[in-house]
Amino acid sequence: MKLKKEASAGTMDSCDINIRLENNPLGTTNEIHLKSIVEKQYGDHIRNLISQVIDKYGLESVVVNAVDRGALDCTIKARVESAIQRGLDQAHTLEWSVVHHE
Amino acid sequence: MRKHGKQIKIYDNKSKMVPSLEEAIRKSGLKSGMTISFHHHFREGDYTTNLVLKHIAALGIRDLTIIPSSLSKVHEPLIELIKAGVIKEIHTSGMRGKLAEFISEGHMEKPIIIRSHGGRARAIEAGEVKIDVAFLAVPRCDEMGNASGNGEHTTCGSLGYAMVDAEYADTVILVTDDLCEYPNMPASIKQQQVDYIVKIDEIGDPEGIASGATRYTKNPKELKIAEYASRVITALPEYKEGFSFQTGSGGASLAVTRYLREAMIKDGIKAGFALGGITQPMVDLLEEGYVKHLFDVQSFDLVAAASIAKNANHHEISASEYANPSNLGCVASKLDFVILSALEVDKAFNVNVMTGSDGVIMGASGGHCDTAQSAKNTIIVAPLYRGRLATVIEKVTTIITPGNTVDVLVTERGIAINPQRTDLIELLSKTNLPIVSIEALVKQAEQIVGKAAPISFEEQVVAIIEYRDGSVLDRIYKRG
Amino acid sequence: MLYVPGSNPGMLADAVIYGADSIMFDLEDAISLREKDSARLLVYRALQTVDFGSTELVCRINGLDTPFGEKDIEAVVAGGIHVVRLPKTETAEDIQQVEALIEKAEVKYGREVGSIKMMAAIESALGIMNAYEIAHASQRLIGIALGAEDYVTNLKTKRSPGGIELLYARSQLLNAARSAGIAALDTVYSDIDNMTGFAEEVELIKQLGFDGKSVINPRQIPVVHQLFKPTDKEIAHAKDVVKAIEEAEAKGLGVISLRGKMIDKPIVERALRILDLSEASE
Repeated sequence: MKLKKEASAGTMDSCDINIRLENNPLGTTNEIHLKSIVEKQYGDHIRNLISQVIDKYGLESVVVNAVDRGALDCTIKARVESAIQRGLDQAHTLEWSVVHHE
Repeated sequence: MRKHGKQIKIYDNKSKMVPSLEEAIRKSGLKSGMTISFHHHFREGDYTTNLVLKHIAALGIRDLTIIPSSLSKVHEPLIELIKAGVIKEIHTSGMRGKLAEFISEGHMEKPIIIRSHGGRARAIEAGEVKIDVAFLAVPRCDEMGNASGNGEHTTCGSLGYAMVDAEYADTVILVTDDLCEYPNMPASIKQQQVDYIVKIDEIGDPEGIASGATRYTKNPKELKIAEYASRVITALPEYKEGFSFQTGSGGASLAVTRYLREAMIKDGIKAGFALGGITQPMVDLLEEGYVKHLFDVQSFDLVAAASIAKNANHHEISASEYANPSNLGCVASKLDFVILSALEVDKAFNVNVMTGSDGVIMGASGGHCDTAQSAKNTIIVAPLYRGRLATVIEKVTTIITPGNTVDVLVTERGIAINPQRTDLIELLSKTNLPIVSIEALVKQAEQIVGKAAPISFEEQVVAIIEYRDGSVLDRIYKRG
Repeated sequence: MLYVPGSNPGMLADAVIYGADSIMFDLEDAISLREKDSARLLVYRALQTVDFGSTELVCRINGLDTPFGEKDIEAVVAGGIHVVRLPKTETAEDIQQVEALIEKAEVKYGREVGSIKMMAAIESALGIMNAYEIAHASQRLIGIALGAEDYVTNLKTKRSPGGIELLYARSQLLNAARSAGIAALDTVYSDIDNMTGFAEEVELIKQLGFDGKSVINPRQIPVVHQLFKPTDKEIAHAKDVVKAIEEAEAKGLGVISLRGKMIDKPIVERALRILDLSEASE
C-alpha cells in the first residue's frame, strides 16, 4: 500500500516523537531516518519498532523521518500510527479493529 | 604529615596594583609547566578564566596544569588552548557543554582529575597539588587585596572556594572591576595573602553569575519527590530542635526546603544550622527564625549574596571548613541530613552525578560525596526515569558517591532504604510512605522505559575520579 | 480526579504517581481539532501499555454531535477504560446514545457487557434543568459533574470567587445525583496558583454535599485530600469493620457482623475506601 499524501504526527516536546512520512520516490524499500536523544541506548530499538508498525499496515516504499525526544514505546507506536492514518486519509474513518489487532 | 606551606614573601611597600593582566602574569614568574588555579563562584558568568588563559597563551607559556574549583559551559574556549598545547592537565570538580564532550572524546593526552570540593581543599592543603599562581576574580577589593563577593558590577556572595587558593597558592593575583577605598572590610580574602591586583573593565556577566532569586520548581513530579523526602526527614529521630541540614542543587532537592519549612512550623521545631550552596529559601528560613545559622561556601542567588553581607548569622566558610575530610572537623561532619540529587543510582546505592547515561561528562562532583559521607542521613532525590532514561539502574556509569554512604533513595514511585540501615527500615516501615526495595525500583524503571543497549567504551581513560580522601574511586573511559 | 490532556505523552505516563483517586484522560476541550485523532491513539496506547495500578480510569470523549465522539468511544473501550465521561450533556437521550455505542464496542472487543461505567458532565442551563432525567438515564451512570466554565457563559455571567452564580446549578445537580444514588462531582478550579481560593471552594462544595472535585494540576490533590479526609471516628469504625472481616475469615464464618449489624459488601467497600482516603490524605 502507498500513502495518499505526506503526513506527520507528534511534537518536538520532551517525551514525544515527531514522525514525518512520505512515499519513497526512488526505491521500493522503506527508509527510516531517526534522530534521537537516546540514540546510543535505544536507537536500534526505536527503528525496529517504527518498522514493525509500518509493516503492520502493509505500507511499501515509505520514508520515515523521526525526531525523538525520549518517547516511550507506546508513544512511538501511537505517533507512527497517527501519521499513517493521516497519510491514508483515514484519521477518523479507519476501522478501529485494525489498530486493535496485535 | 604536615600541611603544605605557601612561599613566604615580604611586602616591599610598593603598590600591588598592576596595569594589565599581561604584566601581572609576567610579574608572577609564571613559566611553562606550572600550575594555576581559578574559582567558579561566577558559574556561567565567568569571564576571567578565559581571559587570563588567552593572555597566558599570547605570552607563549605552555604545558600548564589548571585546577579551577569547577568549569562550566562558558569555558568552551579551553578546547582551542588544549589543542594548542597551552593546557596539558585539568583538575576540576566538573565540566559541561562542548568542553566536556571534547574531553569525553579523548582529545587530551592526560586524563583530567575530578575532585569533590572537600577533596580539592584536602589535596591543596596536603600539597598533592601545588598552586604556583592563583588568578582570583573578586567583585570588590582595595589596593592591598582585601576582597569581598559583593561589588558594584558583579555579586557572587561567598568566596568560599577562592579562600583556599588565596591561602595556599605561592602567588595570588586578584582580578576585579570594582576597586574601592582602603580598607574593604569585612574581607573574604585578606591583604597578607595577595601579591598583585589588576583592575579590568568586566570580570563577569551578572546574569550568568546569579539570578535574582532561586525559583521554586512547579514541576509536580519534583514536588512529589520533595514532599516524600521531607516526610522521610520528619519521621527520623534526628529531626528535633536544633537539627541541621543541607539541600543540594536541583529542583526536587531545593523544594525539600519548602516542605520542611511547613513541617517545622507545624511541629514548632527550629534548625540549628543549614549548610551548603545557599539559596533564597534558606535565607527566608534564617530571617524567619526557623534556622539559626547559615554556613555558606557558595551563594547561588542574589538574595543569598545580599544576606551574607547583612545577616550576622549567615557565615561565609571556605571549602576546607565546608567539607575537607582531613582536618579536625568540617561543618559537613555536623550534618544530620543532606538531600542530594542524582543522574543515576544503582542497586548498591552508588550515585553518579558526573556522566550522562551515554557516558559523556555533563556534571560536577561538587560536595556530593563529601556531604554524603559526613551527614548522619544521606537522602538522594531523583525521578525514577527522565525522558526515556532510567535513573535507578543496575550499575551506574560513573561512581561519584559510594553506596555505603547513601541511606535513602526517594523517587516519585517509591522510597528505597539502604539495607545496611536496618534502623531506618524499621522506622520508616511504620509510616505510610511507599517503602520498596531498590531492586523493585530498578525493575519498575525498566518496565516503563525498556532495556537500554549497553554503552561501549574504549580503553583510553579520559578522567580519573578521586574520592574525597584522595583514593581513586572510578575512571571515565573514552566513548566507543 | 486528575485531568490529563490526551495529547501529552509525558503526563500520560506519569499521571499515576500523584495519588489521584481517578485519572481523566481528556480528548475533548484540551485537544485542538487537528489533534483529535492523534490524542485518541495516544490515549488508546497508554491504556494498553501503562501500568495505572488500581486508579480508576476515565476518558472524557468528544460529544456525539462532533465527528469524533463515536470513534473515541470505540478506541477507549477497546483500550480498557473503566468510565466514559460525556461532555455537555443536555438530555437523557444523550446518555442513552452513548450507552448504545459503548455496548456495541463492548461486544466487539470482548469486554463484559455493562462493565464500563459512565459519567456525564452538565455544562448548560438546559442540562441543569434536565439534571434529574440525566441522572436516572442509565444503570451505567456512576456520577454527574458540573462543568462551570461553559455553564456560566450560558448564563451570561462569569465565575466569581464565592461562586454565588453556581449555587443553583450545584444544588440542582447534587439533588439529581442523590435522587439517583450516584456521585456528584464539582467543577475544576482554574487558577492553579491560588491555593487559598481553591481550598475555600473545596470546603464549600464539601459542605454542599459533593463527593469530590476535579483538579487540573497535581498540586491541587493534597488540598482536596486534606479537606475530604475522613474523621477519626470514621477511620476507627472502618478499622473495626476490617478487623471483623479478618476475624470472620479466620474463623471461616460466611456472615460477618459488627456490634450486631451485618456487614455487607457496600459497608466493606466504604470502610476500605475510608482507610484508603485517610492514608492518601496523610
